[in-house]
Amino acid sequence: MHSETVLLEGHIIDSLTLSKVLDTILLLGGTYEIHRFHIGATMDQASQAEIIVQADSDERLENILHQIGQHGANRKTQEAVFAPAPADGVFPEGFYVTTNLETSIRHQGRWIPIDNIEMDCGITLRRHEGEIVAETVPLHKVRQGQPVVVGDLGVRIAPVERRKTESAFRFMGSETSSERSKARMISAIAEEMRRVRADGKKILFVGGPAIVHTGAGRYLEAMIRSGWLDILFAGNALATHDIENALYGTSLGVEIATGTHSVHGHENHLRAINTIKSRGGICQAVESGILTCGIMHACIQHQVDFVLAGSIRDDGPLPEVITDTLKAQDAMRERVKQVGIAIMVATTLHSVATGNLLPAAVATICVDSDADTVVKLLDRGSHQTWGLVTDCEYFLKELVACLNGDAR
Amino acid sequence: MCAPDAYDLRYEINAWMSLKNRPDLSLATQQWAQLYRVMTESVGIQVELIPQAAETPDMVFTANAGLVVGRRILLSNFRHPERQLEAPYFRAWFEQRGYEVLVPPETCKFEGEGDALFAGDTLLAGYLKRSDICSHQWLSETLQRRVISLELVDPRWYHLDTALFPLSDEWVVYYPGAFDSYARRVLEANFQLIEVAPEEALKFACNSVVIGDQIVMPAGCPKLQTELQSRGFRVYSVPLSEFIKSGGAAKCLTLYLE
Repeated sequence: MHSETVLLEGHIIDSLTLSKVLDTILLLGGTYEIHRFHIGATMDQASQAEIIVQADSDERLENILHQIGQHGANRKTQEAVFAPAPADGVFPEGFYVTTNLETSIRHQGRWIPIDNIEMDCGITLRRHEGEIVAETVPLHKVRQGQPVVVGDLGVRIAPVERRKTESAFRFMGSETSSERSKARMISAIAEEMRRVRADGKKILFVGGPAIVHTGAGRYLEAMIRSGWLDILFAGNALATHDIENALYGTSLGVEIATGTHSVHGHENHLRAINTIKSRGGICQAVESGILTCGIMHACIQHQVDFVLAGSIRDDGPLPEVITDTLKAQDAMRERVKQVGIAIMVATTLHSVATGNLLPAAVATICVDSDADTVVKLLDRGSHQTWGLVTDCEYFLKELVACLNGDAR
Repeated sequence: MCAPDAYDLRYEINAWMSLKNRPDLSLATQQWAQLYRVMTESVGIQVELIPQAAETPDMVFTANAGLVVGRRILLSNFRHPERQLEAPYFRAWFEQRGYEVLVPPETCKFEGEGDALFAGDTLLAGYLKRSDICSHQWLSETLQRRVISLELVDPRWYHLDTALFPLSDEWVVYYPGAFDSYARRVLEANFQLIEVAPEEALKFACNSVVIGDQIVMPAGCPKLQTELQSRGFRVYSVPLSEFIKSGGAAKCLTLYLE
């Protein structure tokens, strides 16, 4: 619902202005709630009413506000207040901190929606082709003198409806539960992926190395080869162990096929990294025929856009890994724009990092064998997150089956 | 009042004005002179005059200068640029005579007595065509009086004083067709009403000046004239056809000073 608070003052009872305004709201298809009402104590004293006007679209709301504005019901909203950033990478005192909810700011008498909403950022203005656009700006990207919203005047956020009736997850009573039919949930995820595809939006997969360790890499690879993924976010580990498996049949020295330790297997992942580095990168390794299978091979062959973000414990890392955290964030930020669903499997840090970048309206699925990881993401305020506490091998195997039309 | 020394019809800013139907200026001068004589000689009140500025053809309609309450003038904030030119002349006139001049907020249009008439202690105020309803809140705060807002819905009755005049704190003469249903309900709930017939409303019957038990009204409104005479009012009727062409009659041509 779109809403706006208006203030109506004067002899609004004697003049029937209040009745007129309320009737007008209903007549034009809106609803109202009288938030505050003060009746003038004597005949000479004016009365005041604060009315919350609601409508199902911005257009209808604007029409109602225009009509009732003529009868003196004026928006209570004030303009957003800006202050210049005092230095590069520093917000002005009292800056407004964004949420991941749909947000607009009031500027020069109109609401400007923020296209790239992301939590924990500031809001700035930019002129684009003669139009003023409002957008989020992360702390490290703000430049000295750039206008940044301070305080919360003139900032409006629209809460997302948590359970849309058309959502494939509408049967989920709570966001996460280990005591729920997993098959049903997984088939709902497959259904949602089809819907996202039909809407022309992208599917993002965020994965941790446990996918390779558990032998589930082949299911992820199958999903990529069937064209189900558009973007992959991971760290050095997932790519390294996937390549280790492709080159040596092991993941962290354990043979995937047999589950036994291979002799000198602990060296394999370093040898794998070294091989890729010697060729200049994963792409070159695929082109030269060194790397012939696996998740990363499938990504290269099927043009899946991937971001490998580095961390302090990384070996190597692989040449594609972005070791500057801020640059990695920016690379991820750049790619989440058209995402319609995010599936995060067996990784805490990459899941939380991605959750931070996504608008609340994007359906987010978090799968982990540890309930804490799922809860952690929900606690971050990612409202459209559904959690599934289960093993990633089972999840991916089941999901691939559902996507391949194997009804369960 | 303002003698029509520069009166003319040079633009169209209401439903009555047409550049193809301009007033006969010498007839207008005669009609105005007759109105002035009725006011000063027949009714017997003192009339102050303001000279008409050359670039303000509608300045003769002094009711739109503002609203006078005691020694205060609540100055107009005209909607149309053509009439905004009048404001400094009115302002200067009142300042020279020691009135306290009050101006409405810049964003609130207000056209003086054209849209604000007292019925006893209550101020009846019109809006939507010329004045904005926010000016009513300003009037109420400034005067500490009850202000009843009445929405005007027909472009031919664009000012409250073209559609209504109070006879006292109880009785109001009005033309219902000029108002929305809420305004009509408010008037019915608060006053004893005398309805004006549509054909006489079109002759500006509601644009009359009430001074005690004497009423000065435009000619051509026999029904209302008889009605008011039967209630004990002495009624003077003055032909004002050349001013009606610009959308004003007796009341528009006068501003109450006290």
